[in-house]
Amino acid sequence: MAEVEVSSLTKEFPGGARALDGLDLRTADGEFFALLGPSGCGKTTLLRTIAGLEAPTAGKVTIGGRDVTRLPPGDRDVAMVFQDYALYPHMTVTDNVAYPLKIKKVAKEARRGTAAEVASDLQLDTLLERRPGQLSGGQQQRVALARAIAVRPKVFLFDEPLSNLDARLRLEARTFLKRLQRELGVTTVYVTHDQSEALALADRMAVMEAGRIRQLGTPSEVFNRPANLFVAGFIGSTPMNLLPARVENGALRVAGGLLPLPAAAAGRVADGEEATLGARPEYVALGPPEDADGLSGTVALLENLGTGFLVSVECDGATVQAVVPEGGEPGVGDRVAVRVDRDRALVYRAGDGELVAAAPRAG
Amino acid sequence: MAAQGSGGAGGREVVAGLLSRLGLYLFVVVVSAYFALPMLWLLLTPFSTRPSLAATLPGVTLDNFRGVFENPYVLTSLRNSLLLALYTMALVVASATLAAYALSRVRLPGRDLLLYVLLLFSSVVSGTAAMVPLFLLMFQLDLVNTYLGVTLALTGGLLPAAIFILKDFMDGTPASYEESARVFGASPLQVLRDVVAPLVRPGLAVIAVWTLVNVWGNFLMPFILLRDPDVAPASVVMFSFYTEGGQANLRLLAAFSLLYSVPVVLLYVFVNRRYGFRFYGGIKR
Repeated sequence: MAEVEVSSLTKEFPGGARALDGLDLRTADGEFFALLGPSGCGKTTLLRTIAGLEAPTAGKVTIGGRDVTRLPPGDRDVAMVFQDYALYPHMTVTDNVAYPLKIKKVAKEARRGTAAEVASDLQLDTLLERRPGQLSGGQQQRVALARAIAVRPKVFLFDEPLSNLDARLRLEARTFLKRLQRELGVTTVYVTHDQSEALALADRMAVMEAGRIRQLGTPSEVFNRPANLFVAGFIGSTPMNLLPARVENGALRVAGGLLPLPAAAAGRVADGEEATLGARPEYVALGPPEDADGLSGTVALLENLGTGFLVSVECDGATVQAVVPEGGEPGVGDRVAVRVDRDRALVYRAGDGELVAAAPRAG
Repeated sequence: MAAQGSGGAGGREVVAGLLSRLGLYLFVVVVSAYFALPMLWLLLTPFSTRPSLAATLPGVTLDNFRGVFENPYVLTSLRNSLLLALYTMALVVASATLAAYALSRVRLPGRDLLLYVLLLFSSVVSGTAAMVPLFLLMFQLDLVNTYLGVTLALTGGLLPAAIFILKDFMDGTPASYEESARVFGASPLQVLRDVVAPLVRPGLAVIAVWTLVNVWGNFLMPFILLRDPDVAPASVVMFSFYTEGGQANLRLLAAFSLLYSVPVVLLYVFVNRRYGFRFYGGIKR
């Protein structure tokens, strides 16, 4: 029905800043697609270019097989939800939701009917006559969603719609949004700088840096096998341990200890090669100090995560973090052995920071 | 000795403080009186049995107003003033809205310079220096003695400042409002009508009232461009209130002045209640 495709998309702003750099991307029909990256990576520019609010310097945008690169935003059959919701403060909820239909010359009764229907689906029935200023943040966000749904677009474009909500409400709204998208089955491009949001919502996601896509894949691919050091450092609510390492006789010399070479890298690195070992704190275990094989160090810090502890261990100048379950935490100053899950650990080449893996996975 | 000396210095300070305060009050009273006396004259003289240049009230009467309404030009002139003010207001508000919106949204090289130059020359357009060329221009265009001519000339003088004020209001509306409307397919004019104009309503009210008041009080332009007393507005008609002896007819003048000022004051009170005067933009959400 409506897949979004961009090819060799480049956007240069006056003054020479290059926000998008020959970008290629294709979403499937009905897919929830997240664009993730730090501020200034070009993700919002990409979304605005798909919407038609920015004209690309070069490249093509296709929606549902139709080339829309030169079409004005209104002719692209998309609906956008902005970070600040962009609700019109002088209109009631009904008028806000019905406004796109007014532009499309739908008769007054019909558009008020549609607005009421959509609003009731989003539990806004009792708020129809209020102004945006009289609504809470979560309610405003749902009005913005209702307005986007009312036009029955081919594609939803979301520009960080949850970032203005407080933490608890954001989680509720996230669940709500995902359920809504499943029900409607409308292709959705969702911009966020919050990696947990992207992981939770997306069917597939692209991690962007400096106008390029650094990795494209499903949330579990991106989480479990970050393709390079940038993605490895960006994804994960507790940052991944990235430790300088050297290959020695089929093992890794890391922070004064010797670790077995992770499964994925076995046979793909040469002896004496410099590399970076990547291991999520969740896949690092701590053991009694007499365990001679692995790394060992001194516990420097404990951070309570609620269901467990994030433990920082000083190992010969390097800090290794591990998540241990509640009740199993060591005390500060204890000597512990550090074990890294061999199947989960990853090796990155020192030169280009790319993952050492079986075959590069194309998104 | 030391204590006594410091006490004396304290006393002198108190006296000096009192004196300077007294001086300040005296100054304020004199300045206020300077501005209040004409107001007082305007309030008292229309009801005075013997109008003079002094703000006195020897006896109360309404005869002065009867005199005003017996003058054949009075009511027409007030109506003319109103028409002229409304025409100019409509033209200024409509043009300033379009111009301010365009100037606020389009990144034009030298945009700010253009605005400042316009603002600078606006006082020249409707100023005394341009009167002769302006009259000749209107004469050539066959617009002398027409409201269109006066309206155009007054609009030219008021428009730059109106654009300047309104542009600031428009700059204060978030871009996302318009972008969301654009994504829904709204044309620039629809965006202006449905989204921007309602948001800058206080700004529109300010320039509308400001135009009304300006035109209502303008003397020179209609005096020069309208040659027929039947179409002359109140400000010009007032100029013709002389007695047969060639003296200013204070009886007529005082009563008419009061009638002439009341609409402006009422308008000010109304708008201030309704919108509050603001000369800057910004949205309260």
